[in-house]
Amino acid sequence: MREITYAQAISEAIDEEMRRDEKVIMFGEDIGIKGGNFGQTQGLYEKYGEWRIKDTPISENSFVGLALGAALTGLRPIVEIMYSDFLVVAGDQIFNQLAKIRYMSGGQTKVPLTLCTTIGMGRSTAAQHSQSLHALVSHVPGLKVVMPSNATEAKGLLKTAIRDDNPVIFFEHRMEFNQKHNVPEGEILIPFGKANIVKEGKDITVVGIAREVSNSLKASERLVKEGIDIEIIDLRTIVPMDRKTIINSVKKTGKLLIVDEGHERCGVAAEIGMDIIKNVFFDLDLPIERICTKNVPIPFSPILEEEIMPTEDKIYHRVKRMMRRDNIG
Amino acid sequence: MINQGRKRLLKILRDSDFLAKLFKDMLKIRLFENKVVELYSNGIMPGLAHLYIGEEAVAVGVCNALSEQDYVTSTHRGHGHVIARGADLNKMMAEILGKRTGYCKGKGGSMHIIDMTKGLLGANGIVAAGIPIATGAGYSAKYRKTKQVSVVFFGDAASNHGNFHESINMAAAWKLPVIYVCENNLYGISVDIRKVTNTENIADRACAYNIPGQIVDGNDVVAVFEIAQKAVERARQGLGPTLIECKTYRWKGHHLADPGTIYRAEKERKEWIQKCPIKNFKERMIKNNTFSEKEIIIFENEIKELIDNATEFALNSSYPEKSEAYEDIYFSAKEEEVYL
Repeated sequence: MREITYAQAISEAIDEEMRRDEKVIMFGEDIGIKGGNFGQTQGLYEKYGEWRIKDTPISENSFVGLALGAALTGLRPIVEIMYSDFLVVAGDQIFNQLAKIRYMSGGQTKVPLTLCTTIGMGRSTAAQHSQSLHALVSHVPGLKVVMPSNATEAKGLLKTAIRDDNPVIFFEHRMEFNQKHNVPEGEILIPFGKANIVKEGKDITVVGIAREVSNSLKASERLVKEGIDIEIIDLRTIVPMDRKTIINSVKKTGKLLIVDEGHERCGVAAEIGMDIIKNVFFDLDLPIERICTKNVPIPFSPILEEEIMPTEDKIYHRVKRMMRRDNIG
Repeated sequence: MINQGRKRLLKILRDSDFLAKLFKDMLKIRLFENKVVELYSNGIMPGLAHLYIGEEAVAVGVCNALSEQDYVTSTHRGHGHVIARGADLNKMMAEILGKRTGYCKGKGGSMHIIDMTKGLLGANGIVAAGIPIATGAGYSAKYRKTKQVSVVFFGDAASNHGNFHESINMAAAWKLPVIYVCENNLYGISVDIRKVTNTENIADRACAYNIPGQIVDGNDVVAVFEIAQKAVERARQGLGPTLIECKTYRWKGHHLADPGTIYRAEKERKEWIQKCPIKNFKERMIKNNTFSEKEIIIFENEIKELIDNATEFALNSSYPEKSEAYEDIYFSAKEEEVYL
């Protein structure tokens, strides 16, 4: 099987969908000649020209609105916001317009629009270029929220997003762009709302979001050596959320750890825990735990950044602690 | 050019069917809004009512310069644009009363009326939000090579919003078929535009984007129509956007709960009421012998009946079922349960 990077997988998904459907167009900053800030649109400008791969001015709110206008009038736009921190610059169009227009119109409209943006710490880009703001958009009804965990997932989920007739917010992780992965040739379409059990296990359920899936897998390699067998679930999409897969797993293991790079307070981990607790309360051996980003703005210095973010090491130690507590109990 | 303009005007003024339509469209808006005042004051209409009374010539002049396939976005003060676009008055009235027979099944209300069959991409509760959406519709038309144009209505206050500048900049750079229609009624809620803006005319801002900026008497429906028609032709020819500033006035407050008297001089308001777009147009038509007073009365009765029928339809319609609150969130109804 061939190996390609996460960035290549994304540009391949866009390429395939553009070839398939001439209604697919893309707006964003530096997606043209530059090929995307992280190489996600490499080669597409040369192939599809400036009217389909449209470099925009630094006008986030208006170019998201522009994409919405295009979506309402028969096109299938992809719009890119370079960093999820900039989602708030386009806040009105995301939160008040594209999420709600279908409902407000009593179902008259459809909005086949995919908004791609990036998240993630690890590059010392500090408080305005590192946040993972997926909880923010998950809070607003009307959007679908997608969090791919690797290159194959990114390709399959992005193709599904582009074909969806609803607004989808697609979060790419910056630490993944250069990671190579075995991505199968040919069509990959991954449905929304179906979590993926990436590793079966009996001791503890770990729900990972985006990059935290691979961090959990790495932690698991160490844990296995110590006889701890975790089950890892890649949530894939926050909206819609596959509660059933999580519930079934927790019923089996009796323990749940949620790992998410979003900030802890009012975050997605809190939502998952609260959402499923009524179904698993009597199956739990321990309180549900979470590892998220601490409730501080993202600091610049690598040592400070490392301190507040979820890491493989933190997952490893937390799982061990949860298991020991279980043994003592 | 002057001769051409004169010829065009004379042609309009000789087309009595068209003039009758302009008159009736304006009157429809006025009588609809008068009915809204009545329903709101009696506690029958929930929410907010931002009235278009006094500004009718803008919506009617512009919308009559469009073809059926064109696009329009509107504002929180949107009843006029929706009616001028030829919307179904029954469905409009039902919507603003929150009934299930309304345009949006009672989920949008006065500020969110949409009619996709008429290219009406939405009134909007957020000031300036329709500007980029209409610009995107223009981009779409250009990409699809359909020769459609896109019109966005917005107020003077919206011209100080980033969306105005960002969107016109893109439309100008890419020569999009978009017409930016500013209804300058002088006030953003209570704030006098002259107190927060250093350009005398909103249209002057067009020069910053290297596009035409036109000023027109927004109370003269024929003048608005003429200038809109030129902008539409220009857009259809692929020559790009135009900014049109229509000088007008809202007779009522920002919405019905605002009397609109604290921040405006009564003298100013009275002067503008003297410039009533409907009264002046009517007098002009009678003076020109286009219509007799008798014909005008027939028109008026016809519109009154339409409004009465719409009101009756709306009042007799039922409210939505509670379960309908959970519908129309996502496309594909069978999925919806998963997302709640």
